[in-house]
Amino acid sequence: MTITADPPAIRTAPEIPLVREATGSPLLIVRKGLRLSPEFTRGIGVTMLLAFIATVGRIVIPVAVQQAVDHGFDAPGGVDTGEVRVMAALAALAVAATMLAAYTMNRRLYQASESGLATLRIKAFRHVHELSVLHQQAEQRGALVSRVTSDVDTITNFIQEGGLVLFVSVAQMFLATAVMAAYSWQLTLLVWSCFLPLFAAMRVLQRRTGARYNTVRQSIGRMLGAFSESLVGAPVVRAYGVEERTGRRINEAVDATRAAQVRAQALTVSTFSAGEIAAGLANAGVVVVGVVLGVGGHLTAGRLIGMLFLVSLFITPVQWGVEVLNEAQNAISGWRRVIGLLESVPDVPDPASRGRAEALPQGPVRVEFQQVAFAYPGGPPVLRDINVLISPRARVAVVGETGSGKTTFAKLLTRLMDPTRGRVLANGVELRRVGFDELRRRVVMVPQDGFLFDGTIADNVRYGAEDATDAAVSAAFGRLGLGDWLSGLPDGVRTRVGQRGESLSAGERQLVALARAYIADPDLLLLDEATSAVDPATELRIQRALDELTRGRTTVVIAHRLSTAQAADEVLVFDAGELVERGPHGTLVNQGGVYARLHASWARQAQAA
Amino acid sequence: MPSRRRRRAETAQTGRSPATAARPPAPRTAGAQPDTHSDTDLAAGGAPGRAPFRQGLRVLGVAIRGEPRVFAAAVTGSALYGIMTVGSAWAIGWATNHVVLPDLRRGSAPGRGLAVAGLLIVAVALAKVVGIFGRRLLAGVVVFRMQARIRRAISAAYLRLPLSWHQRHPTGQLLSNANSDVEMAFQPMNPLPMTLGVIVMLLMAVVDMFLTDTVLALVGALLFPAVIALNTVYTRYAGPRFARAQELRAHVAEVAHESFDGALVVKTLGREDFETERFAARTRALRDANIRAGRARSLFDPMLEAVPNLGVLAVLLLGATRVAQGASRPGDVVSIAYLITLLAFPIRAIGWVLGDLPRGVVGYGRVHAVLSAEHSSDYGHGKLSHDAGPATLDLDAVRFAYDSAPELPVLRGVSARIEPGRTVALVGATGSGKSTLATLLARLADPTGGAIRLDGTDLRELARGEVPRAVALVAQQTFLFGESVRANVALGEQRTEAEIRAALRIAQAERFVDALPDGLDSVIGERGTTLSGGQRQRLALARALVRNPRLLVLDDCTSAVDPSVEAAILSGLKQNALGATVVVVAYRKATVALADEVLYLDGGVIADRGTHEELLARSAGYRELITAYARAAEDAAAADDRAADSAVAEDPALGDSAAEDRAVGEPALEDPALGDSAAEDRAVGDRPATEDEAAAETAAACEDLAATEDLEGAVA
Repeated sequence: MTITADPPAIRTAPEIPLVREATGSPLLIVRKGLRLSPEFTRGIGVTMLLAFIATVGRIVIPVAVQQAVDHGFDAPGGVDTGEVRVMAALAALAVAATMLAAYTMNRRLYQASESGLATLRIKAFRHVHELSVLHQQAEQRGALVSRVTSDVDTITNFIQEGGLVLFVSVAQMFLATAVMAAYSWQLTLLVWSCFLPLFAAMRVLQRRTGARYNTVRQSIGRMLGAFSESLVGAPVVRAYGVEERTGRRINEAVDATRAAQVRAQALTVSTFSAGEIAAGLANAGVVVVGVVLGVGGHLTAGRLIGMLFLVSLFITPVQWGVEVLNEAQNAISGWRRVIGLLESVPDVPDPASRGRAEALPQGPVRVEFQQVAFAYPGGPPVLRDINVLISPRARVAVVGETGSGKTTFAKLLTRLMDPTRGRVLANGVELRRVGFDELRRRVVMVPQDGFLFDGTIADNVRYGAEDATDAAVSAAFGRLGLGDWLSGLPDGVRTRVGQRGESLSAGERQLVALARAYIADPDLLLLDEATSAVDPATELRIQRALDELTRGRTTVVIAHRLSTAQAADEVLVFDAGELVERGPHGTLVNQGGVYARLHASWARQAQAA
Repeated sequence: MPSRRRRRAETAQTGRSPATAARPPAPRTAGAQPDTHSDTDLAAGGAPGRAPFRQGLRVLGVAIRGEPRVFAAAVTGSALYGIMTVGSAWAIGWATNHVVLPDLRRGSAPGRGLAVAGLLIVAVALAKVVGIFGRRLLAGVVVFRMQARIRRAISAAYLRLPLSWHQRHPTGQLLSNANSDVEMAFQPMNPLPMTLGVIVMLLMAVVDMFLTDTVLALVGALLFPAVIALNTVYTRYAGPRFARAQELRAHVAEVAHESFDGALVVKTLGREDFETERFAARTRALRDANIRAGRARSLFDPMLEAVPNLGVLAVLLLGATRVAQGASRPGDVVSIAYLITLLAFPIRAIGWVLGDLPRGVVGYGRVHAVLSAEHSSDYGHGKLSHDAGPATLDLDAVRFAYDSAPELPVLRGVSARIEPGRTVALVGATGSGKSTLATLLARLADPTGGAIRLDGTDLRELARGEVPRAVALVAQQTFLFGESVRANVALGEQRTEAEIRAALRIAQAERFVDALPDGLDSVIGERGTTLSGGQRQRLALARALVRNPRLLVLDDCTSAVDPSVEAAILSGLKQNALGATVVVVAYRKATVALADEVLYLDGGVIADRGTHEELLARSAGYRELITAYARAAEDAAAADDRAADSAVAEDPALGDSAAEDRAVGEPALEDPALGDSAAEDRAVGDRPATEDEAAAETAAACEDLAATEDLEGAVA
């Protein structure tokens, strides 16, 4: 027995336009981020004012206490309980006001940040669906999900606390500097010169810290990958008794994660410590230089002591600022990823979005490919110079081996992708001029895997027609000859299908997918035939349903079964990116070409039984 | 606000948002299980029960016992930090009193005193830095080491627990057990050394207070019950709100995952708006839940901060009265008031630990459920002779029902003896139990009744490792590791290149492997070469062949392979004297043709047994089944061609592009973000065949008979 050539062994990944992270300065990213979620900054003035009150409140309390002590307990002629009561009452008022201010500020922050994040999530989600299949498939599902979940979450911390802290810290730092300069410009210079090296080193440190946290993220990813192998591959692991080996791989990843975490933590702590050392140097410097200046008559004792307090007012925000910067970096990288997604331009745009949609003339669709070619970005051509005309109501089968280009043909036909050259016309109108709204209503594709959403059968069918009632859904199944199948289900159209429809068999999922397409009532139907083995009873049902579904419509089937090709009005044979033969089954078999060879291979298979 | 900041900084250490670690508590943690398998002392922490606070302390205890020395060092460092925080104020005060003021008054600066003052301040700062390293770095080390330790224990548990256990738990959940639950469990450990460290300060202050004035000190001491009461109210109030938010967070991820998974359907039917609204509804629910939880937090934080302040005021008021009565001295009141302000920080620190405890308990409870899970799959001491050639297989009234549907057994008493060296095809409609039986043969599950014997020994009596050594199962859904082709085929066995190549050749995989960039050493999967479904199946087959199994079980393992290639594989299997007994689950006639004999399964029993021709001649059910495809083809084409059940090509779902195949690749994660969602990739990744089949077969079990009847009706 001869063996037909393997399909091209390696499917070298074409350079798919992955969703990149947004570039630009952190400031630009923050500005863009804030613009995307206007909720973040709405009413920020009031929130800041409350933050100010809460901060001032913290100072008021010790002051009130000190007043009570000075004027109450140390009052001339013994303790003045009245004075103490007044001061305590005032202080209690301050405590209450501070609490209220802090509470209101927190509430506002939660409200603003959560609302802003929700907006961002929804925008990002919508955009994922705007992208072409090429984009969508280039990304791991998980990566896309994380754009709308954890990437957005990384922004949370920063928005809820960090951003405000950073703002207050910077303000306090400059305020302290101004007052210090009023006391002694020399000492102010001294303090700044202690921190300048730290500020200078900050950029480098930030970058290094970022890199180390990146390593942590990667190692966690690898660790989860190892875990998931042991879980998803559990049957293989057990069937082949390779528990030890698998365990070793996981443990190596676990240990690598731990090491990376410790390294990242060490750098963070070092950065923080550097601030502490700078603070120590500044304090010592102020004492030493201050005394020298004071002795020289340039500084009074009071001012020197005042300086010492001011230095601590200056240092604290610097240290908090360093902490917040780490968080800011996380937030910015989260923003970069989300903004990167939102800024990636859909490469198959809806003409309606620019108000230039043309109507697709009514009635069954006539399809025309004019010198169509397609290549994935950076890849070799997958389709070359395709010219074909499919008349209305025709039933066409497309066959070819893996890599022949037949599925690309299907994607161009449904405008999941646009050709790199040439035009695809439907009823004389170029597909890329038809608004998505109309296009998706008139041209429907039934993908191979019959993906179902976790819900009832009726919910899933309604993906084809939003307002169909349960009765209409049942009726559709009936017309497709599937009434008996449906009535055999425990809850009829309200039967739940489970995640990805897995409560149903592969064949049954296809039945639902067919009903979904049927109720959408398209004028051009594209079917990607499933290859998986289904049991014969379901197979028969699928065949019956297809007969009804395809009646009166232009139908293109990516055929995997000889019977389908035989039943078609016409067969299109693809080979190595070209349309090499076309015609009815009978004619092609006798031509001795590619189709004849395919047919011979099928026949051999059949005879083997 | 800064005090609130610190807490955040402590929790952000893993570089992930703590918020993302959130997952709803799994229902399965509800029944606290006894420590039946506490083979590590990690399990000693106990499952979450009614007293979250005590449970929380136990979780902390687990970590402290795990890393006692590092923990002690961290606490010491924190204490040093606490002391030095006070010390730096003291050093500046000392310098002011002993150097600055006298020098300025004198108008001259004797270098020595000034130098001492400067050095003192710097020295205190350096000591503080040492404390910071202890407080933050060592605290981190404790947490990271404990996480690693628990993760190792979890991986051991995952590998130890039987497949039936795995099937009961979604992969996503198990992944989050190993990831975010572990993270969550030890989160309170981060601020703990700090808290304990400052408690030294706190104790000193309390002792000092009592020595100063007992009555006023009592007011100070009342702060602790106040803080605890506040925290209890907070936990009761906020706990459910946080749990709800975590649950909704999972829903958001679920909808996103499902929607992106079905992106093709969404796009081809133009349902983007509908999907966006579906997602937006979940997102808004999450937003509202987060805001509700945030409100609880908004109130708790300022209240906790107010407690010491109110304490100070109480002391002042009471003190004033006592001073007026002559019971206290003014100086004592002032110093107690001051001491209470010193307490504010330690109390905050205790608040951080207390605030994280509930989450820690939830996380640890989930982890604990894994570590203490019972496993029913036990091994005996039996050994097989591994060079005895093909194995004899006995099925003795084998019954099997899935846990989910115990009243609907899939196998209802299958008995058969398969002689060594025979090749037997299992044929039956969906739901007849073929794949289940294949799974039992490799002992991925045990029969619920009856026995399976290999060379006369019950599989359950064989020692660990014996079954994998003798039996190789190749499932329809292939699973490949993210490693080289060589490693995937050899899978830990010592095999020469020649042996590996021989196996690849029979599996018709040698040619495409040679064409890979690095041949046998090409890495497969996300970060390596992407293979088509058919290519992956061929590697899985080679993996079984290279082990020279004595019993080879093939479960429709060539479904995605090009028909002509499949034919070559089958004839290769036939020609090569494999030295194995072969059981093959067959859908295609070509596969049936490979067999010496056919077992026709129907309704969970062997309905008939014989050669293909014999069964065709005498079994109506078998005849219907095996010819149904052809009849379907007749229906469709009115053409009598019996080749109808062939597929044209190995073509994954609508995929010319390699990118497409990523969907079927192993989930390997680069992005941390993926942490939680990676799990969900399981749905797109290779699924364990048994799980798939299990779902399909249980669902189809009830329909089985009906389907066959219907089929008869249809073809009649």
